[in-house]
Amino acid sequence: MTASRSSGQQDARADVRADVRALATPLVRSASEPYYHAIGDELEVFAAAAGSCLPVMLKGPTGCGKTRFVEHMAWRLKRPLVTVACHDDLTTADLVGRYLIVGDETVWMDGPLTAAVRAGAICYLDEIVEARKDTTVVIHPLTDSRRALPVEKRGEYIEAPPDFMLVISYNPGYQSVLKEMKPSTRQRFVALDFDYPEAAVEARIVAHEGRVDEVTAQKLVKLGNLTRKLKGAGLDEGAGTRLLVHAAQLIAKGMAPLTACTAAIARPLADEADTRDALDDLIRAVF
Amino acid sequence: MSERKLFAHELEARLDELLLLSLRQRSAAEPAALLEALPREMQERVLHWAGVAAQTSDDLGWLIASLAAEHAAGLDTQLDDWVRAGLDAYDRSGLAATRRTLTEFAAGHKIRSQQSHDGVAFAEIERRLSRFLHALDGRPLKLVSGPRAWTDSETLWLPQRLDVAPDTQGNRRLYKAMAVLLWAQTRFGSFNVDPEPELELWPDRDKALAWFAVFEAMRLEACIAGELPGLAQEIASLRGPWPPQLAAAAERLAHAEATAADSLAAMAELRKLGAGETPTLPHIGAMDPVAARRVRAARITRETAVVRRALKVLAAVATKTGAADNPDYSPLAAEGDLQVSDPQADLLALPPAAREAAKSLMQDLGEIPPEALHAAGPGAWQAVAGADEPVTASVTTQPDAFYDEWDYRRAAWRHGWCHLYEMEGPAGDQEWVDEVRTRHAHLIRSIRRRFESLRGEDKPQRRQFDGEEIDLDAQVEARADRKSGSEPSPRLFIHRRRVERSLAVMFMVDMSGSTKGWVNDAERESLVLLCEAIEALGDSYAIYGFSGWTRTHCDIYRIKCFGDRYDAGTRSRIAGIEARDYTRMGVAVRHLCGLLHKQNTRHKLLVTLSDGRPDDYGDEYRGRYGIEDTRRALLEAREKGIRSYCVTIDRHGADYLPQLYGPAHYSVIDDAKKLPQKIAEIYRKLTG
Repeated sequence: MTASRSSGQQDARADVRADVRALATPLVRSASEPYYHAIGDELEVFAAAAGSCLPVMLKGPTGCGKTRFVEHMAWRLKRPLVTVACHDDLTTADLVGRYLIVGDETVWMDGPLTAAVRAGAICYLDEIVEARKDTTVVIHPLTDSRRALPVEKRGEYIEAPPDFMLVISYNPGYQSVLKEMKPSTRQRFVALDFDYPEAAVEARIVAHEGRVDEVTAQKLVKLGNLTRKLKGAGLDEGAGTRLLVHAAQLIAKGMAPLTACTAAIARPLADEADTRDALDDLIRAVF
Repeated sequence: MSERKLFAHELEARLDELLLLSLRQRSAAEPAALLEALPREMQERVLHWAGVAAQTSDDLGWLIASLAAEHAAGLDTQLDDWVRAGLDAYDRSGLAATRRTLTEFAAGHKIRSQQSHDGVAFAEIERRLSRFLHALDGRPLKLVSGPRAWTDSETLWLPQRLDVAPDTQGNRRLYKAMAVLLWAQTRFGSFNVDPEPELELWPDRDKALAWFAVFEAMRLEACIAGELPGLAQEIASLRGPWPPQLAAAAERLAHAEATAADSLAAMAELRKLGAGETPTLPHIGAMDPVAARRVRAARITRETAVVRRALKVLAAVATKTGAADNPDYSPLAAEGDLQVSDPQADLLALPPAAREAAKSLMQDLGEIPPEALHAAGPGAWQAVAGADEPVTASVTTQPDAFYDEWDYRRAAWRHGWCHLYEMEGPAGDQEWVDEVRTRHAHLIRSIRRRFESLRGEDKPQRRQFDGEEIDLDAQVEARADRKSGSEPSPRLFIHRRRVERSLAVMFMVDMSGSTKGWVNDAERESLVLLCEAIEALGDSYAIYGFSGWTRTHCDIYRIKCFGDRYDAGTRSRIAGIEARDYTRMGVAVRHLCGLLHKQNTRHKLLVTLSDGRPDDYGDEYRGRYGIEDTRRALLEAREKGIRSYCVTIDRHGADYLPQLYGPAHYSVIDDAKKLPQKIAEIYRKLTG
């Protein structure tokens, strides 16, 4: 009886362990090439930084292709990608890992950062300024010549393999003083500036991603550029390429361009009545 | 209550009483006779406003009363706005301006009330249009209402009101079309050619200009269609088809390469054939090429200068960074003669202001003029405008800030009413502080001990569902529970939550004359104790004193800014706090809340140390006016997320405090001597 009970217990434990494994950070490897249209020399700079084991910082407004660029580079460099969307309650444990209790014993579960270090993946911390100030400090030893992650709770010191790469992104357009990055953090990175692509290039991107014809894409981009001029005059930020792609996708589904643009561009951008009406006027003007 | 109308003699008596007319040899008979015809409610309102105005000045009261008698019937519900506009004008520019404003307002109202409800006023559509044009143009265009629609290439004048189309929607569209065509005149170069030679050949200049506007409208509509087809369609549907005799010209001008010169050619052709009546098209504004070309020329000169200065800086930089070795750079940079083949590419290197100027030049001229591409002579690259730069204020001449004040009687703002001066608090006797610290040494020690325990720290929260660490106690219990067959609790973790105090406190200290003596000593002693306590806590805090003498001398004394440390300088400034003049509180609250609002903390607190109600020289601020203004200022603070608290030493029971701060947001201390003992405890309760 004892034997059967202990074997039953072992089965349960194995189940839970399987659960823990299922919970572990997924290492994403894309099978197909994520679409990305290079604008400058960002592909070369990124590849060189990856080759020299340097961390990279991507700066740019919302929806201009930072995340897509990282996905594309991970595919190009044939490395797995771990993405963490940072938020203001992101603790060190959320990044590094924690002990879980399984049955009567504890099981260590790696956090996304630790998992990425072990696997030699690209770890992408999206919107890093959103994270708590003390959390950002754990990446410091990974970003200098040490290239290691001390995991205090396990007494472990993980040296990063050459394939590991840290990428962070942030949007300098936020005016808030709370969302500033400390110089001690920013001066560790190779930085790439992102901006909305030129009209012709952006139209090609919108046409490809949104599956609309060239003419509609051009109109959408024209609209996007018009809204970007309103930055600081009613809008915090103009429509990003992502919003334009959303509108294009709605149009491709057979929606009328006016409705699609209102829903996918004007409404997400503005709440205030005058600005919203002005955006509606712009949409009608372009189409 | 009787609702009967007041008769003329009653009105005359009331007015006389309000305005003290008999003293000034004036008679209210005439306005009273006019007012007699009004309903009672209206009569009372006029009397009310006359009384309000008379509190500012008797002459103003008389002006309001006499003009109100004339216009009240026509103004009806607009009477209050009418009076407020007048009072506002009085505050700004005096009696003559008030009369002018009131008469214009009444006249404007008369015109407006005659119009239908389908009309659209400029004010209704202004913001929407300005956003729209800003997006189209990329630079903010100034929109102004004026008697006719025209543009000088920088400002767009649009009519005050449009009531041409049968419905509101149509009138809005008309406004848009009008504004867009005016914008297009600048954007697509209507002023790039000089129309004078052609205009001079016409006998009637106005007619010639009207024709020019029509032909340009044809051309511009086509230009707009190229970029913004939806907009062009809207304009086309608004105007209907062109008259048949003009269709040929319209087609020719719709050609992509057509310029303003082609419009002039069309005019010449028409002149030879004999021009008929100009078609009346509501969406086409007037043209004034002389004014527009003058403004445009000034802008081009200004922006050319900006671009040239910027290029000079670039040239200097290029020479410095070893440009001599660089074969790509040296020949251009060395001669200070940047002949760039592709100006667009080079513009990217310019600083933002110069890039804007260059873009604007491209819009005006279609290219960067070659003279702009020669670097300028010596001088700063930025144009020396100076007008926008803040004037460094000196205490004696220029106030540091102007603040609006709330007038409850008008239920409106008095704009820029209070002149505020901010200055360093005078240094006092450092020894006094040392004496206080010695005398209260025991109290200070106990306060520090108590406050240190409040310090924000990482507080581990035990027994959580999730967390960074395992809660061993909970784990042991859970295991025991399981062994004994009862259900174990799943709360096995410790979550470390940083309890940040994240608090900024502003102490606003009353330095009015009434604090002289005990109250002032108590205030200073309390501040010393508070500083000791807060230093132990590590909160961010600032201390400012306020006093003043009428609205033109509102003084704020810096005792300790947020960044300052509690050092000898701060201590001596605390010792230097002394009783001065009056308590104009509203403006002080507004200014200090402005400073507090800039603090990067989650909680913000404004603590006022005072000895009584708001008060200022003259009767105006005393009493309800001051209380209402202060209340308003505190409400504004609350909207900004600033909580306020008041500690008052007021022997006369502070009946106004609940109204100002709300219940439970103040303490009244009846004896000034007790303040130092109590203040730390109040602060602990407030922030604990």
